[in-house]
Amino acid sequence: MIEQLLFYTFAILTCGGAVAVVATQNVVRMAFWLVVSLGSVAALFFLLHADFLGAAQLLIYVGGTVVLLVFGVMLTASGPYTTIKTSPAEGIIGGAVGLMLLMVLVSSIGSVDWGAISGRLPASPESPFTADSIREAHAEESLVNAGSTKAKTDLAAVQQQGRTVRQLGLSFLGLRPDRNLKEGGANGLAPGYFLPFEIVSVHLLVVLIGAAYLARAKRRAVSEDRVSLD
Amino acid sequence: MHGLFAALTLEDFIARTISSLTKIPADSDTLLLTAFLAAAFTHAGLLLGLFGGLPVFYIWLERKVAGRIQDRLGPTRVGGGFGWLQTIADGIKLIQKEDLVPKEADALVFRMAPYLATIASFAAFMVLPISDGWIAVAAECGAFLILALMSLEVLGIILAGYSSGSKWALFGAMREAAQMVSYEIPMAICALIPLMIAGSLNFQVIGRMQSGGFWNWFILHDPFTFLAFFCYFTTATASVKRAPFDLAEAESELVAGFHTEYSGFRWSIFFLAEYSSMFAVSAVAAILFLGGWHDGLGIDSVLDSMFRGTGTGIIEGFSLGSYVANVFGAVVLITKACLLVFVQIWVRWTLPRLRIDQVMTTCLKYLVPISCFLFLAAVLWPLTLVTMFSRPVIAGPALGERALSHQTTTSIDASERLGAAR
Repeated sequence: MIEQLLFYTFAILTCGGAVAVVATQNVVRMAFWLVVSLGSVAALFFLLHADFLGAAQLLIYVGGTVVLLVFGVMLTASGPYTTIKTSPAEGIIGGAVGLMLLMVLVSSIGSVDWGAISGRLPASPESPFTADSIREAHAEESLVNAGSTKAKTDLAAVQQQGRTVRQLGLSFLGLRPDRNLKEGGANGLAPGYFLPFEIVSVHLLVVLIGAAYLARAKRRAVSEDRVSLD
Repeated sequence: MHGLFAALTLEDFIARTISSLTKIPADSDTLLLTAFLAAAFTHAGLLLGLFGGLPVFYIWLERKVAGRIQDRLGPTRVGGGFGWLQTIADGIKLIQKEDLVPKEADALVFRMAPYLATIASFAAFMVLPISDGWIAVAAECGAFLILALMSLEVLGIILAGYSSGSKWALFGAMREAAQMVSYEIPMAICALIPLMIAGSLNFQVIGRMQSGGFWNWFILHDPFTFLAFFCYFTTATASVKRAPFDLAEAESELVAGFHTEYSGFRWSIFFLAEYSSMFAVSAVAAILFLGGWHDGLGIDSVLDSMFRGTGTGIIEGFSLGSYVANVFGAVVLITKACLLVFVQIWVRWTLPRLRIDQVMTTCLKYLVPISCFLFLAAVLWPLTLVTMFSRPVIAGPALGERALSHQTTTSIDASERLGAAR
């Protein structure tokens, strides 16, 4: 019940913040509403027990992107408060694109058979925030050895709550012990995400070097000119 | 969210007490909800008390230390000879002030920015363990989460400076943004070194690995973590914009920097956020490098064994020994953090402020390469030891063995407690 209340609060804040970003014309106010919206998305991730994802959302989007946005506005603004005025045509085009994206999302969400997918998830306890379920699951840890399947699934569900860091780290290194142990290697080894991880790392390095190259002070050329004039 | 938890939660205790007093069955929904809300408000109140109480002490300490360093007495009148109540008097004065918004300011952002900074600073307290198992949110990725939360405070400051409509505030905010964006990098790399040694992002695990004598603390793990502690502390001082890195509010150049236009309550919660963040970064330093809630002399284990078994009869699943050890651990951790905050205050009143180009040079040309080198060396250190002496540490059992033995003993304890509870 409390979880649902929190979910609706943060969902309203997310959507309301997003609408406010579009509706305001002042860039810094947009940044403020963006903070509200993205922070609420992080809170939704925490509610779903995706702790690492929520922390990454806070660090990258709220702490990184928005800070850089405001920093850029401060350094480049000519007037006191930068505003972006949209013409009616732009509003219509933007609205149409947004509406089409919404329709695509709604139709794709509607086409998924959620009943079949939720069966594949480990059974989650009724209310994961009560300590009782966790304690019981720990008490049943001894029963797991006795072969009780219910205890096994309960334990798996409890261990899954927010404890995804190790699995994430291993899968970035190309190991998927959760999948490989479960399926017993019948379908071959699950590959993990080693290659995408490396590609993204190299990509970021390239971006960093490129930014440093573009931003470097071009003093050497000036000094060479001076030498040639002398 | 529940990585590790106490044997008996407050929620559970309240539910059982109410059910035994009122004869309501212990598994009724209303009772569980009441117990949950009561426990949640108690915990939130305790955290808020810590969040509000520590700055009161630190502001008094700041005045007192500043006075002593400048050969003065500091506050002496309010609340006896030591001026204990000076901060409270200041707070009452500040709340009475008029809440001004300048005509040039962007009113919405100007009003909201102090709350943004304060919320970010308070959120960091949620994932900060005060003692073994005493943590509001025992997240598996606690260390990562606290770094993310502490990096949000800068946003409130930048927005405050920008929306003030004053050139002093704008300059302060720009300096703060440039400084914070740069200093986050060496700070994260330095924090990564003990995390890498522990092999975990969970503060509980990191703290437990440093149990026993002070030679188990990560600062003494190898020479590079020893240096990394000082590197981390420097960047942490810069990240909470304390002198010599307090360019955002450089009084001699920028009037008061980003909070030039603020007054009254909004001004005071900026300071609440600043002083609480000082505690937060110091407590993180204490947990990552200085043994967390372990005193390093074995007093906590003596306390635990002295009271072991007593108190289980009074409340089910409650052990006086572990409770006393936890209270002692909380005192130890807060003392360590307060000592580090004292060093920050000491540095502020004895070192001159750097120029902005010196601040950036210190970070980009010195701290980033130093932290990268320390990280690399700390990675290679156990490998070198293994190849030369065929053991990963110089003396004592390896970290993994220590953590394992501790884990098995605690799980035995827990199962014993459960057995007793049934």
